[in-house]
Amino acid sequence: MIVVGIDVGGKNAHVVILKDGEIAAQGEAATGIQKAEAAERLYKETLRKAGLKQEAVGRVVATGSAAKRVAFADGIIADAAADARGVNRLFPLARTVIDVGAEEGRAIKVSPEGKVLDFAINEKCAAGTGTFVEAMARALEISVEEMATLSLKSNNSIPMNAQCAVFGESEVVSLIHQKIGKQDIAKAVHDAIAGRIASVARIVGLKKDVVVIGGMARNAGFIHSLKKETGMDIIVPDDPAFIGALGAAASAAAGVLEGKVKAKVVELDAVEKGQA
Amino acid sequence: MAEQGKQEYWRWPEGKWVNPRIDWRKGKIITAGVDVGSVSSQAAVLVDGDLYSFSNTRTGSDSPDSARKAMGIAVEETGLALDNIDYCIGTGYGRVNVPMAQRTITEIACHARGANFMYGPEVRTVMDMGGQDCKAINCDDKGKVLNFMMNDKCAAGTGRGMEVFADLIRVPVWEIGPRSFQIKKEPPMISSTCVVFAKSEVVGLLEKGVPENDIMAAYCSAMAHRIMELLNRLGVHEKFVITGGIAKNEGVVKRLEKELGIKTAEKVWHRPAYKDYPFETQIAGALGAAIFAEAMVSKGKVKSVRKT
Amino acid sequence: MQAFYGFKDGSGEWFVIIDADACNGCGKCVEVCPAHALEVGEDEFDPFSEKHHVRVKEGERKKIRYTCAPCQPGYGEEPPPCVAACEPGAISHSEAWLHAYAKK
Repeated sequence: MIVVGIDVGGKNAHVVILKDGEIAAQGEAATGIQKAEAAERLYKETLRKAGLKQEAVGRVVATGSAAKRVAFADGIIADAAADARGVNRLFPLARTVIDVGAEEGRAIKVSPEGKVLDFAINEKCAAGTGTFVEAMARALEISVEEMATLSLKSNNSIPMNAQCAVFGESEVVSLIHQKIGKQDIAKAVHDAIAGRIASVARIVGLKKDVVVIGGMARNAGFIHSLKKETGMDIIVPDDPAFIGALGAAASAAAGVLEGKVKAKVVELDAVEKGQA
Repeated sequence: MAEQGKQEYWRWPEGKWVNPRIDWRKGKIITAGVDVGSVSSQAAVLVDGDLYSFSNTRTGSDSPDSARKAMGIAVEETGLALDNIDYCIGTGYGRVNVPMAQRTITEIACHARGANFMYGPEVRTVMDMGGQDCKAINCDDKGKVLNFMMNDKCAAGTGRGMEVFADLIRVPVWEIGPRSFQIKKEPPMISSTCVVFAKSEVVGLLEKGVPENDIMAAYCSAMAHRIMELLNRLGVHEKFVITGGIAKNEGVVKRLEKELGIKTAEKVWHRPAYKDYPFETQIAGALGAAIFAEAMVSKGKVKSVRKT
Repeated sequence: MQAFYGFKDGSGEWFVIIDADACNGCGKCVEVCPAHALEVGEDEFDPFSEKHHVRVKEGERKKIRYTCAPCQPGYGEEPPPCVAACEPGAISHSEAWLHAYAKK
């Protein structure tokens, strides 16, 4: 059976195609302003990558802040549920999931079965999201990737006073004028956001294993700061930004949907055997 | 932030004024207040509790230098020197460093006192939006603080929020207000509170071809709404006055008045003798500081530091 | 006098609310706060007042949302330590912590 999970977030969309339980293909693209069109384009492109036709797809489940815009989805599941399911598939011992995307951050307490027990969300404020790091990278005039590498070279802890992405940019500029090295500033930025994320995570309880997903998980500097801040080991999957889409695909297979269910092709055997 | 040489869209013009009717050499108690804000700094000088001079300047990168500059401009060409001042109080954003001040008092207390002096004892609610913060203060007829609420964490609903927007659409702040009314119909407000997300929203509207004036209206409307939410949390009572740079942005002020159902007090000096004096809303903090200084010296609570 | 220490941003209103008139300056809340976010001091808003009362430390005000988050257990079912320790009932929190972190 072929199922698709699509995660349409504030900045990027991700698609995961599962064929008989294995990942057949995945795709990532910026959504821009026209999110619905971008999502559809990415879906078609990923299908092509997998060598599959749209008619062969049994079910599509969408998640993410713009999930409702995915016209071709058969159903939607909540972001937290997608994250929990996706992580549980890869790390059955995970009990805390932290998902930091471009526009939202959340912490989820998950059960051994991959169900959401509790969650806390950081929304509508750029300070707790990937957008914060991007804004600081702009102020430092380097890429986010460079910022991650640089920050790992620093041994100093400079506190950042600003708790806002806008004021943070001015603070970075002022630190540059004070001749503070870029690596120290980069670390300060990661420390600052790690502090905020950890505080939100503590609300649901930081229980191991802790898994971090979403675009920010690719930032080694941030992960390093988060490890220090929480005093815990942190697991980062290989494609951390795809986990939401993976969870949505897994749920498509399991037939757990919040919205309407419109299965085109359902191979009951595969579902019952728990293969998808 | 704008660089040297590039057009600056977000700074109000500087200013100064000296009272032609007062000779400071004939005064008994001369006090000063210096308010160092994140974007602008002001100094005010009182002679026997009467307004002698004030300045409104741009804050530089250094707090003490900004204080010296503001003070210097306020006493320019008057012959008044620091040694002639009985007491000086500093105030402003965060832990300010006002080198010529004998002590500091929070800007909350100073704004309430200053607003009381400028607008009169009927003032009950003062809203001050500075470069990096927004505060709402309820006070009594003597300008004493009864309640207050301050937001200096989030750029939304601060001068910076308006500056970012001005820079984005490349229109000077002083034009945004008037242009926001040159529209056919009030558009829906920008929905994102966060300035960073609001910027993307504005870019989206610009790409869709929404007219600039309409976008200005939408942004002013959103800002007015944020301020209204803050004020309603505290409770707004008339007379309601606005101090700080935002008071000059009619686009926000008029929409705020509409949302609250309360008009801001007329920008007229309470003291009839001050009728012709310029009414600069940005000096409320420095003025309040100078007034506290005068009260402390005349009540004998502090010793004058005057040298000559 | 009611002092609201904290901020409002896109995610909500995060304030520690001190009733300075009710506060007797006993400092019990300062002792029990695990984040050491509170202090007792002179009345900042009335330079002529002799009274001392509690306030949120200046460095904490901008991040109070995060500082107070771990103490909001049970999402409003139990009071946080500072509120529990205060006899005159002078300290309270705005509701954002309740609304933002709902049990699912």
